[in-house]
Amino acid sequence: MDFNDTPDEAVFRAQVRDWLETHATRRQRRDEKFGDGLDREAYLAAAKAWQATKAAAGYAAIPWPKEMGGLGGSPAMQVVYAQEEAKFLVPGLIFEVSLGTALPTVAMWGTPEQKARNLAPALKGDHIWCQLFSEPAAGSDLGNVRTRAEKVGDEWVINGQKVWTSGAHNADYGILLARTDWDQPKAKGLTMFILDMKAPGVDVRLIRQATDEPHFNEVFLTDVRIADSARLGPEGQGWKVMLSTLMQERFSLGENFSGDLYDQLVDLAKQAQWGGRPAIEDRCVRAGIADAYIRQFGVDLIVRRGMSAISKGVSPGPEMAAVKLIGARAFQTGGALAVELGGAEGLIAASDLGQQWRMPQMLWISGPGARIAGGTDEIQKNTIAERVLGLPGEIRTDRDVPFRTLEG
Amino acid sequence: MNFDFSEDQRRLQEEVRRMLSDYSTSSAVRRVLEGESLYCADTWTQLAGLGALGLALPEAHGGAGMGLLELCLVAEEAGRALAAVPLVSSIYMAAEVIRRAGSEAQQAEWLPRLASGEAIATAMIAAHGQHALVVEPSRIENGRLFATLNAVPDGMAAQLCVVLVDDALVLVGLDGAGVRRTAQASLDPTRPLAQIVCDGATVELLAAHGGQQIAATVTDGAAVLMAFEQVGGAERALYAARDYALERRAFGRVIGSFQAVKHKLADIFASIELARAHAYYGAWALATGADELTRAAAAARVAATAAYTLAAEESLHLHGGIGFTWEMDCHLHLRRARWLGQIIGNEHYWRERLATTLIEKAA
Ligand SMILES: Cc1cc2nc3c(=O)[nH]c(=O)nc-3n(C[C@H](O)[C@H](O)[C@H](O)COP(=O)(O)OP(=O)(O)OC[C@H]3O[C@@H](n4cnc5c(N)ncnc54)[C@H](O)[C@@H]3O)c2cc1C
Repeated sequence: MDFNDTPDEAVFRAQVRDWLETHATRRQRRDEKFGDGLDREAYLAAAKAWQATKAAAGYAAIPWPKEMGGLGGSPAMQVVYAQEEAKFLVPGLIFEVSLGTALPTVAMWGTPEQKARNLAPALKGDHIWCQLFSEPAAGSDLGNVRTRAEKVGDEWVINGQKVWTSGAHNADYGILLARTDWDQPKAKGLTMFILDMKAPGVDVRLIRQATDEPHFNEVFLTDVRIADSARLGPEGQGWKVMLSTLMQERFSLGENFSGDLYDQLVDLAKQAQWGGRPAIEDRCVRAGIADAYIRQFGVDLIVRRGMSAISKGVSPGPEMAAVKLIGARAFQTGGALAVELGGAEGLIAASDLGQQWRMPQMLWISGPGARIAGGTDEIQKNTIAERVLGLPGEIRTDRDVPFRTLEG
Repeated sequence: MNFDFSEDQRRLQEEVRRMLSDYSTSSAVRRVLEGESLYCADTWTQLAGLGALGLALPEAHGGAGMGLLELCLVAEEAGRALAAVPLVSSIYMAAEVIRRAGSEAQQAEWLPRLASGEAIATAMIAAHGQHALVVEPSRIENGRLFATLNAVPDGMAAQLCVVLVDDALVLVGLDGAGVRRTAQASLDPTRPLAQIVCDGATVELLAAHGGQQIAATVTDGAAVLMAFEQVGGAERALYAARDYALERRAFGRVIGSFQAVKHKLADIFASIELARAHAYYGAWALATGADELTRAAAAARVAATAAYTLAAEESLHLHGGIGFTWEMDCHLHLRRARWLGQIIGNEHYWRERLATTLIEKAA
């Protein structure tokens, strides 16, 4: 057991740090954020440029093999890189789906041509990907997907609607789950495709999120044509392909939930006055900070255990569902505590109250989304109960009957 | 970074687990529960036989000279087996103080006997705030100790007690003149308590100064080790409830198929995962003497106390009426969770300790 860098990791860390010093700007304050004042186009361009710089150095996909554009590194090196990058002002979140879930799925299931065509440009940031799974009637119950894919010659014709598609408005490609066989039971008649988001018949409409940010979308698909060569994995195996995407999501989850909210809480609690005394002296506040640390740093630690398992060739399994359960809660309760610290003034939005309140307010309002996206709390608990603890599955009356008979 | 135990360490853990499942059976633990003995002598002897008691003690003094990581895994298994043995008092606390503060001669005198299990020691080195109902502070006059020590773990079984008086650490023989001890009924009778009254008992000085510091470090270490016991116990309680939920039927199905039951078990699982991750971090900090020890130990303790408490309470609950009987082991977990969670300061004390280190770190 060693929490410190191995000699190799220390060398890598120094190398990463040097590289970052040369190519990015070190963060001066905790609340500094990349791209303040940039509009969407400019931010996107900056994000793509940064991604290209990273890819050229091999840092875009550290654990990937070199022939796929990675560095052939260990998961621990990925952690080292993320720790160092967090100290610099760099664009975030644009490539989360591309690199976290979509591309790993292509890497796993793609034909040699699909990989050759798609991996490199995505790593470089030339292409942004999204994930088109959820539909109005298929969220937790993803097997209920109704988007229709019909084979016409060596093309597929797609009709249907996707929803909650993160980043579809920025995306060039997406992985699309659609139904190809209506006579099979729910999960059996699905197939995965690579969708060109610029293809005719793809209509992306932004949905205003509860946070008031543009993030997810509705995507209407009308007679969209996809060549059979863009089918990802075998026909009828879409469910299996989708499961491997969700598996990838587990690996990338940790990064989404790590952070230093507890340190920010300390800063804010020093500034805030409760009953004429610094809030940091209040027992309840101190307890809240301690609990925020336990949840949030705990998620980091769980992920590192998972990483250690990967480096021994064991893939972390469904127990990683606990990460999301704990991490999302950490956001919601930690963010709420930060807002509370400000008393009545805490209700003033960061734009008027000060930059240092932006992150905590964002966590507070986005916490509920984190508890839904990527499988809700309840679905995570079902996963743990069934796949880790071996308890019986939910009663499903719709599982073994032809999907066609479920319509209506 | 390698955030896991080694193959060798896992093998040792396996060996300890097998032995404990043979020796620390429910009926063995229950003999202590019923007051028939002060601890499970068989289990204690077996632990000593495997070298488990002296894992972290120097080879020169009868130990294995390995380290505290191995001891953490022993603790996890002891927790899982509800072991009724003086590990906390004699090994996590007293032996550690003697190892860190004792002279060569003192170590040579006591550590081999503690490692072999032949002698049992206990320690009263709690910092201010951990004992809420203590009446008077201890004092030393002319080399003699005047003290009333309450809730001393294994106080009746021990021959020796390490005591923190102001900034000094001293050894008191418990069978000598000027010492009176009385058993105090423990909420977890498998981890007994005693009152020790020292009325001019002769003491031997371990450290004249710096005792507070050593006591704090040893207590942090004990918090980590106990977190492993708590994780082991919590896991046992979780899987007992899981097994029962797969077997017990109601409304025409096993109760483990009801989502309220499944989700409760999943919550316990998540809570244990969190505690385990912090316990590992604590183990690393303890074994390497890292600066992060206090922070890591405090977080491990709070998380592990929460996990074991939740697991013990809900495991009993999921057993229904039968879980509320003396015959079922559910209440043993409830009692052990309470005892472990409070004997070196309750979770509120440790949460505050964690907050203090976080605030200092941020400054
Ligand atoms: C911020 C955000 C980003 C997202 N990004 C994407 C994306 O990029 N691509 C994509 O495909 N999807 C995306 N989603 C969709 C997300 O995966 C779904 O919202 C989620 O799986 C829940 O589905 P639903 O919205 O249909 O809710 P429902 O499934 O209708 O759930 C409603 C409530 O019922 C509960 N529930 C449902 N089934 C059960 C059950 N069996 N047992 C107990 N309770 C149950 C749920 O837990 C929830 O509380 C995103 C969602 C959010 C919030």
